[in-house]
Amino acid sequence: MTLNEKQIELIDEFSIFDDWMDKYQYIIDLGNELTPFDEAKRTKDRIIEGCQSQVWLDASFDGNVMHFEADSDAIITKGIIAMLIRVLDNEKPEEIAKCDFHFINEIGLYEHLSPTRSNGLASMVKKMKMAALMAVGQKG
Amino acid sequence: METTGKRKFNLREIREDFPALRQTVYGKNLIYFDNGATSQKPQYVIDAINKYYSKDNANIHRGVHHLSQKATNEYEASRKTIATYLNAKHTHEIIFTKGTTEGINLVAFSFGQLLQKGDEIIISAMEHHSNIVPWQMLCERVGCVLKVIPINKKGEIIYDEYLQLLNDKTKLVAVSHISNSLGTINPIKKMIDEAHKVGAKVLIDGAQSIQHTKIDVQALDCDFYVFSGHKVFGPTGIGVLYGKEAILNKMPPYQGGGDMILKVTFEKTTYNELPFKFEAGTPHIAGAICLGKAIEYLNQFNIEDLEKHELELADYATDLLLTFEGLHIIGESKKKTSVVSFIVDGAHPFDIGTLLDKQGVAVRTGHHCTQPVMDFYKIPGTVRASFAFYNTKEEIDYFIAALDKAITMLR
Repeated sequence: MTLNEKQIELIDEFSIFDDWMDKYQYIIDLGNELTPFDEAKRTKDRIIEGCQSQVWLDASFDGNVMHFEADSDAIITKGIIAMLIRVLDNEKPEEIAKCDFHFINEIGLYEHLSPTRSNGLASMVKKMKMAALMAVGQKG
Repeated sequence: METTGKRKFNLREIREDFPALRQTVYGKNLIYFDNGATSQKPQYVIDAINKYYSKDNANIHRGVHHLSQKATNEYEASRKTIATYLNAKHTHEIIFTKGTTEGINLVAFSFGQLLQKGDEIIISAMEHHSNIVPWQMLCERVGCVLKVIPINKKGEIIYDEYLQLLNDKTKLVAVSHISNSLGTINPIKKMIDEAHKVGAKVLIDGAQSIQHTKIDVQALDCDFYVFSGHKVFGPTGIGVLYGKEAILNKMPPYQGGGDMILKVTFEKTTYNELPFKFEAGTPHIAGAICLGKAIEYLNQFNIEDLEKHELELADYATDLLLTFEGLHIIGESKKKTSVVSFIVDGAHPFDIGTLLDKQGVAVRTGHHCTQPVMDFYKIPGTVRASFAFYNTKEEIDYFIAALDKAITMLR
């Protein structure tokens, strides 16, 4: 599945909900299902502080594709992280670097990625893209 | 607006005055419980803004034409309204600012110019960042020492510790009248009197008190009182610094520019007198005029009636909140305003706030610009519901049901 197909799949999954609370219940479920973050990785260099919630991000490159692990102290933030990871994990850095996360807007979650929201998510997306750009650089 | 015979407190009629309350968000009726952050505006104020820009807009104080005179009259009439409302001795003791933050920064800069290395400034552990950082900056600039009155678990100033901190090196005490994150009402009258005994001046941060309670600056005998217009049903971007004439006269200007000067040559500039000395540049004329209108609106009521209703709302909400298992109220002072901050075991404040929002309930979540308070309680933040006199018990009932739903989803 391409990166864009994964976005469309998420949009489809959300399209069945017409009530906001149902949408958020699903986000919470996704957050609860997110692969647990290794406690040892909760280090200062991985933390992204927001004034509402905090996010931890670990990004790595295996020479071919990017790997992301992330966590948050807030479950809704964590649910959105789970969606971002689903879209971006195991993707080539070139694809990530040029990716436009249209699914966030289409699901109606744009407010969570607004830099003024200060929940750490906007900075997290920036860091994911930066890690991908650096990986592109590594490959030469 | 009629202010001699006070308007009766009628909640249904009052709600009619506030158009922003009559709207839906996400298909639900808006319930606005974020009044601590900013208040909604009565139609009376909105109409005044409209009228100013439609009919009266001109630059003030120097224009020889009709419109300029009209705008100037309105601007100065507003200053008079505010001076009367606060019971200031002189109208020129009212300085228009951008808001509380600018008022504090003005004092920190200008009064700060009169301070010396080793002088002490006292604040409390419950202050908003706006009443911490300007003093830290002053301390860095001048070499003053910042002392902090600790608080107890209930969120009250430890009064004996305050008395211990006061000494002849204390030059200023800067405390909030009411805490924005805890709701605590501080015993400012007592604190002011004690500070004066050692010769210190006192600044009261009134950002959270002007909208809830009657302020009489002469009875309080505070040296400075600052507040923001937008929290007292007026426009954003305008606020007031009240200062005693004698102190304001001693203080050098804050910013240089138009209006604050008498005569400018390249050799020397003479400053204008109060209040213009502290109002450099074209001010927020519409804001200042309409802040006066907001005060007029408020002044039609007996503020005690509004306060009584707000406290009933806070008590009602607190009692219902305490029925939730694992819910903890943060800020349990005996003397509290209509602010209820809380945390819930197993549910992050941000998540609660988001799920309340989706049900139409606007609350504040996070550290409320009081990180030291959050550090003191070792919590990341709180959910804060803050009530205004236009809120209702029915809204609280809905909020409680929405909160119950949110917590069920999160646990």
